[in-house]
This record gives sequence, structure tokens and C-alpha cells, in this order.
Amino acid sequence: MTALAEGQTPSARRIAWSRRRRAFARAWRDYCSSGPGLIGLVVLVVIVLVALAAPLIANHDNLDPSKTLTTPLWASPSQHGPLGTDNLGRPIWDQLVYGSRISLLVGLAATIIAMVIGSVVGVAAGFYEGWPSSVLMRVTEWFLVIPFLPLAIVLAAVLGPNVRNVIIVIGVTSWPGTARLIRAQVLTVKERLYVERSRALGAGSAHLMLRHIVPNVSPLILANTTLTVPIAILSETTLSFLGLGDPLRPSWGRMLDEAFSNGAIGKNAWWYYLPPGIGIVLVVLAFTLVGHALEEVLDPRLRERRS
Amino acid sequence: MSPRFVTGKVFGSLGTLAFVIVFNFFLFRVVEGNPVATLFRGRNLTDAQRLALRHQFGLDGSKLDQFWHYLVQLGHLNLGRSYETNATVFSEIAAAAWPTIALVGISTLLSTVIGVAMGIVAAWRRGSIRDHTLTSFTMTTYAMPDFWLGMLLLIVFAVLLGWLPIGGISDPTSNATGPAKLADETKHLILPCLTLAVAYLGEYAIVMRSSLLDTMREDYLVLARAKGLRDALVRRRHAVPNALLPVVTLIAINFGFVLSGAIAVESIYSWPGLGHATYAAIRAPDLPMLQGLFLVFSASVIFFNLLADLAYAYLDPRVRTS
Repeated sequence: MTALAEGQTPSARRIAWSRRRRAFARAWRDYCSSGPGLIGLVVLVVIVLVALAAPLIANHDNLDPSKTLTTPLWASPSQHGPLGTDNLGRPIWDQLVYGSRISLLVGLAATIIAMVIGSVVGVAAGFYEGWPSSVLMRVTEWFLVIPFLPLAIVLAAVLGPNVRNVIIVIGVTSWPGTARLIRAQVLTVKERLYVERSRALGAGSAHLMLRHIVPNVSPLILANTTLTVPIAILSETTLSFLGLGDPLRPSWGRMLDEAFSNGAIGKNAWWYYLPPGIGIVLVVLAFTLVGHALEEVLDPRLRERRS
Repeated sequence: MSPRFVTGKVFGSLGTLAFVIVFNFFLFRVVEGNPVATLFRGRNLTDAQRLALRHQFGLDGSKLDQFWHYLVQLGHLNLGRSYETNATVFSEIAAAAWPTIALVGISTLLSTVIGVAMGIVAAWRRGSIRDHTLTSFTMTTYAMPDFWLGMLLLIVFAVLLGWLPIGGISDPTSNATGPAKLADETKHLILPCLTLAVAYLGEYAIVMRSSLLDTMREDYLVLARAKGLRDALVRRRHAVPNALLPVVTLIAINFGFVLSGAIAVESIYSWPGLGHATYAAIRAPDLPMLQGLFLVFSASVIFFNLLADLAYAYLDPRVRTS
């Protein structure tokens, strides 16, 4: 190929890259035209910055009840700090800021696991025909039918409560939807002419999958990723609320669990049970808005519908 | 709908059920270190007593023997005994099933009816203020953890306003019977039911809205309008029935999630159903109870998925004739 393109004509690689740059610029322009998508992006950036800057804006020592002996218990925001304290005198603000780290970490890491499993299974099940495909799809269907939370509860109870296990549990239970979606897309991509042409020129399975199939389904994987993160974050919240989260590190779900079981409702300590819940709603909404905006930009079917 | 289609679906579901049973058995055998030690912690047992207990719980012999034992017992609907109460798991689950069926059934009915109605209104006047308001509302409820929503409703309606009881299924101090008992239980049902309904209606509204938007672009709808049918008639007779199809599937898929949601919501309101039993079994931990509950949850989800597949085939003429 490169031998033919010598002289004034740019190389194939160069053409491909400039095309990719143009496609990216167009996608970004389309994305910016979506109001909700931009709002979601801004909220997301703020939350990520808070999580990254946690040591600068909050004090990690305040999470340890043995170090908060001098602070008042159940102090309202007007009595102590920006957000008051809990039943052990720990400031809510510090828990909230450090909790965002765990919630984001679990959401992102579990989604990566789910996306890797889902994409590999989806691409393989779509690309190969015959029994490997049907076996993979049957397994996918099994996992799709097993109710997610009971399975996650059982696994978390078995593996033991810590952050790594929560990530694994959510990751290995969240992939079947992605696998089905990607398989459907692979089935249409692999019938396209350029794939047939490449096959006729003698391309092997690995080349076809990596150079033609995967690049074509990757926008879909990206959009699906941003829609899976909020579900993973909500799952983490529920698992922590049921007492299956990491007992040593605060997450927003565990804050709600502790607020509930220590009687914040009876005391009407709104500064305890409102902030973590609002944090969850904001981060889930932000990811959902970004995901839907990306989907509209990247999925050609939705792009047509919009215009 | 050919008989072949039906039997195929039924056998597919049975295969999934078999997978769940095998999975359920091995998952818990991998977990359990030594249940007899857990159960009788702090008590002195002779070796003979220990062996007898292991036999009673079906824990002796090889894994394959245990699996066979498990299958035979399952065939007799014997799911073992709870480590905590020593009652049979089957009787515990049977007792907790009705409150959950009432809660999940009524809340699913509410969330589908309200959610679908909201989706229709939003899609029909797409881009209007009403559409934007409804869509923001449904997106927000969708983003809320269901138990947090439950906590908020509990605070507002039970703690601050004092209109409704804070939890349980009935007033423990009253010994009313007949209609008075039913009224008392209904009052206790309102908050958990409202929580689950609001938590899940968002998804139905979003799916119904986008499904109706897709349907409204179809040629037959343009035709129906072009031939001069009234707007409401086009919507009711042509658009909505077709747009409802994806919602039917979603109800069944969501059934598993609603059951899961019930775990957190029931524990907030101390509603004595399967979810509360799961919560208690996690905290104990009571493995035979968890194992039995997991089996019941999975089997009911499989059953409702089968029902949805058949309903879909019955409702969608494209599947029906093929």
C-alpha cells in the first residue's frame, strides 16, 4: 500500500489520521450542541475534581472517630463546620468528600471489568458462527436472567466486604447487557462490503476483528460505558447500604447506611442523610446525560432520528 | 404462535433454571467453611454430635453426593433449615412471600400505569414545557437510590407530618380483625409501595416516550393522520398499542430489579417480606436462608421472562406469524 502512495500523495496512515481528527472534531461539535450533555459534563468534571482534590479540601483524620473526640455529636451545620457532624462527632463534609472517591472508583473500575467481559463476549459471539456463538449467547442469557442484586449479595457475602471485592462483584454481574448490544452491532458490521473485501484479500480472523470490527463498535462501547457507570455507582450504594461495602472506607452508600442505622431519621439530622443522597443523584444524572448525548452523537441511527 | 416456538421458549427457561440450581449449589458450597461450627459457636460438641449434625445438614460425603442429596431434597421442596430460627427455609419463605407479592404487585401496577401515561404525554407533545418537566422528573427519580427515596418519604410523611406509620405491616398494639385489620395493613403498605412505584416509573416513562417517538415516524401513522382521523384516535388506536411492546418486555426484565429494590426498601420500612428476610439473612449471616431466597428470586425472574417472551410473541404480529 505505502509503495503505491509514494510521491506527493500522503501515506495511508496520514489520511487515516486526518480523517479521524476530522471525525473527532465533528463529534465534539455535535456534542457541544447538546445542552443536557454539556451540563452533565460540567457536573462530572466538578465531582471528579472534588474527588481528586480530597486531601486539599478535607481532612482524612476526621474520618477516624478516635480523633474527633473534641467535636460535638450530632452538630447541625450552624454549630459545626460546613455540614455538621454525625453520631460520633465526625464532620459530614470530610466523609462526603472522601466518599466521592470510593463511589467514583467503584463505579469506574467495575464498569471497566464489565465492558471488557461484555465486549470480548459480544465481539466473539457476533463474529464466530455455529456452536461457539450459541454457547456464549446462552451463558449471556443465563447471567441476564439471574437477578442482579441477589447474585451480587451472595457473591459479596462469599468474598468478604472490601472495595476490591465490591468492584469485582459489580463488574462480573453487569456485563450481559453490553455483550448483547455489541453482538447485535457486530452482526451488522461484519456483513458490510469492506469486511467482505478484506476477507477476500486473505485477511485472517484476528485482522478482521481488530482492524474492522472493533473500531466500528468502539463508539458504541464508549456510549455504553458512560451509561453503565451510573448503574454501577447505584449498585455500590445499595450493596453498601445493605452492609456489604468496605467497613473501613466511607462511601456515599455507607454514609446512608450509618445515617439510617444510627437514627438520623428520628433525630431529623438532615445534614447527615441529604448530602450523600444528593451526591449520588448528581453523579448518576451527570453520567446518564453524558451517556445519552454521546449515544446521539455516535450512534448513526439516533443521529438520523434527531435531524 | 406455533407450538414449536412455545416449547422452545419453555425448554430454554428450564435450561436456565437448571443452570441456576447448579450455580446456587456450588456457589454456597464454595462459600461455606464449616456451617456446623458457625451454628454452634461457643458450645462444646462431641465428635459424634458434630458428625450427626453434619449428616443432618447434608454436609457429609463428597461434593457429588452432596449435590445429589441437594437435588433430592429440592425435589421434595426441602430447602434446609435456617441457621438463625431453625425453622425450615421453605416455611420462612412461604410466610414472607405474601407481603412481598402484595408490595411488588401493586407498586409494579402503579409504576407501569403512571410511567406509561407520563411517557405518552411527553412524547405526544415532544419539546413542550410539559415534556421537559416530565422528562426532568423521570430522569431524577431514575437517578435516586430507591432506599434513599424511601428514607425521604419516611421522613416527610411519617416523621414530620405523622400521617402514616413508620414501618411494619400492622399496628402491634391493635388486635383488630376483618376490614379494620385490612385498613391498618393498607395504611402500612402506602409508603413502601409509593417508594417502589416512584423509583421505577421513571424507566417506564423514558422507554415509553422513546418507543412512541419511534412509532410516530412510521408510515401507517402518517397515513392515519393523512386520512383525517382525530389526533386522540390516532394516538389511542394506532400509536400507543404498538409503542407498548417494548414496555411489556421491560416489565418482565425489571421484575428482577424490583425484587432487588424491595430488599432495600422493605428493610427501611421493616416490611416483613422476602426483601427484609434477605436483609436479615445477610446480617446474620444465614446461608441456607440466603440460598433459598436466591433460588426463589431467580426462579421467579426466569418465569416472568418466559411470560414476557410469550406475551410479546402473542402481541407482536411480526413474531406471531413467523
